[in-house]
Amino acid sequence: MNCVRAVANLLALLAMGAAPSKSASSLPSGEFRWAGDPEGGAPFVEADPSNPERLIGFDVEIAELIARSLGLKTRFVNITFTSIDQSIERGDADIGLGGIEDTPARRAAMATTVPYYRFREVLSVRDADAMRFRALEDLRGRRVGTLGGTIAYDILLRGEREFGIRAVSYDDDVHPYSDLAIGRLDAVLLDHVLAERRQRSIPGFTILPQSIAVSHYVGVLAPRNRALRDEVNEILRGAMRDGTLEKIFRKWGVWNDDQAALYASVLAGETVPPVSGLEAADLASPLSGWEATRRYLPSLVRAAAVTIVLSCLAMGLAVALGISIASGRVYGGKLVRGLLTGYVELMRGTPLLLQLFVLYYGIAEVIRLPAFAAALLGLALNYAAYESEIYRGALEAVPAGQLEAARLLGLRERQVLTLVRGPQAFRLALAPMTNDFVALLKDSSLVSVLTVMELTKQTQIFATNIGSWVIPGLLCAALYLAMSLPLAALARRLERRWKAATA
Amino acid sequence: MSSVALRLRDVELSRGARRVLAGVSFEVRRGELVTLMGPSGAGKTSVLRVVAGLDVFQSGSVAVEELTLSGGAHAPAVLRSLQRKVGMVFQFHHLFEHLSAIKNVWLAPVHAHGVPLRQAERRARELLAALGVGERASALPRELSGGEAQRVAIARALAVDPPLLLLDEPTASLDASRRAELGDLLRSLLDEGRTLVVATHDAEFVRGCATRVLRVSEGRVFEES
Repeated sequence: MNCVRAVANLLALLAMGAAPSKSASSLPSGEFRWAGDPEGGAPFVEADPSNPERLIGFDVEIAELIARSLGLKTRFVNITFTSIDQSIERGDADIGLGGIEDTPARRAAMATTVPYYRFREVLSVRDADAMRFRALEDLRGRRVGTLGGTIAYDILLRGEREFGIRAVSYDDDVHPYSDLAIGRLDAVLLDHVLAERRQRSIPGFTILPQSIAVSHYVGVLAPRNRALRDEVNEILRGAMRDGTLEKIFRKWGVWNDDQAALYASVLAGETVPPVSGLEAADLASPLSGWEATRRYLPSLVRAAAVTIVLSCLAMGLAVALGISIASGRVYGGKLVRGLLTGYVELMRGTPLLLQLFVLYYGIAEVIRLPAFAAALLGLALNYAAYESEIYRGALEAVPAGQLEAARLLGLRERQVLTLVRGPQAFRLALAPMTNDFVALLKDSSLVSVLTVMELTKQTQIFATNIGSWVIPGLLCAALYLAMSLPLAALARRLERRWKAATA
Repeated sequence: MSSVALRLRDVELSRGARRVLAGVSFEVRRGELVTLMGPSGAGKTSVLRVVAGLDVFQSGSVAVEELTLSGGAHAPAVLRSLQRKVGMVFQFHHLFEHLSAIKNVWLAPVHAHGVPLRQAERRARELLAALGVGERASALPRELSGGEAQRVAIARALAVDPPLLLLDEPTASLDASRRAELGDLLRSLLDEGRTLVVATHDAEFVRGCATRVLRVSEGRVFEES
């Protein structure tokens, strides 16, 4: 009997915990925690150039406006743009702000505020192309870039199917425009706010007047925080009515007539569709887990193919380079040894991510490597340093007595290497090489910063669109294992065969 | 052709500050089996290594048949022509660990001396059989006993047919009965007209087979009185 009561009490407690309708007065610590991504930059959220400790931007001012009205102090939480929903859901912050798009999926999965800014998706092309590229359908076979996991990216994916354009996903909103300027892209599709801002720092491109779609920026809260969301909505409506929002947007130079129309609709209590100018069905509307999996699986498998091809080619190149470097360090003169040691230490001592950035963006003014080539070269040059250390160790582990015996039998130095030292060193190196290949397979996820759509990046987009990491994470892990396990098995078999070899 | 197979004159060898060979002079005639006797560290192995061109000596001269080397470093081509005349069986054998016994034997004839593979393989089989390890031809070095490994190492050295054969502590890995067999083996090599120099500290073994004994002590070599 007691037991039943205890269970009932526990269930009651859980039920209370599951639906704590939080309002401002119940916020812990008396702070209003808002999340944004300063990498997104002005005019949303950026570090003040004159005082990098301070954040400025219209979203900063909106966050302060809300906090002030709630009688709270703001605290900023730095969160990557692409994982803002999951972070809010986890409770890392009370609200997410900073150019967060109003999508059907987000409205369904999260508690979103009323839209507070209307933006247009616009195409930017190089000045010289402004006459021939007027719309997406003019860009067949051309590379069009945007920020991954956005409405613009969904529009480009549809453009791939309908007009044969090639969608390129970026992690930030600066490099699409710099790559457009140097010719890696033929067009960029992004919010007019971003396009106009970039036009000031990167010359040479034109923003086409026709907009592809229209959407809004919203604040995003966890579904359990609907009460707080309603309070925030009241504050935003008030700021629309009394001109506070207009003042903020005018200050940042982004006010236009679209906003007046938006505010009129919101204040009149009309339903504002999240995205217009597109058939809603084409956008990532909320899908069931299975439906989403069915739809995303082909692109995950394609991305896995990119991962395995890239990794195999990079490893092949790394092995060839590594053997050369190791031979140079074991047999070379003082100068050669010094140079190669310097190379190895440089590649091992600096982050692979930095090396990839330098290869793709850093030297783009001199050599404009295609993304896949830069990714391949970056991984190969980095791993060659590690491979060379394995081979050097393995070469030096072959007993000197065997080398003397080989020389005494009349073998030339090159034959000693290829017939006696090399084959034994290779067997010693096999296990650590397999290990490195598996590491490379996973490190290849870093090349998504160079717009290469590999498995991890595709998984991230999948997760962003369905608002959960569970299914995408499991699928991604299964695909990585499907690639790495056979490899480990092959290596074990080779090792066994060599151990058992009698001829 | 001279009857002297090997001649050392005032050979001096230092490793760092340590003087390893302090003026070594001796001769070995064709068809002799000369043993170098002495305690560990006396310089026996160093004498063999200098003769094989593995260690660079500082002064003096080493002559193998018609080729004379003086002190100091030599070009690889010169060292190779010396090494064509000298075979060596190391104390720890140094067989190529990744190759079977028979491949250990034919590797150098095929790759360094241009002998056709079929012919080299036949000769290797004959050598292994003659040394009593014919059935072990396809075994890897780590599957061989100490005595078997030594016989394979001797076969490997003989396969390139050197006029002068050096053996370093050949009895170290053998029990008494194997030692006697090795003695018989060396005598049969002698009967084939080969010249042998054997470094050892095994007095009993020496009595059985040496034609002449040299004493090595503190980096010098003396004729046994």
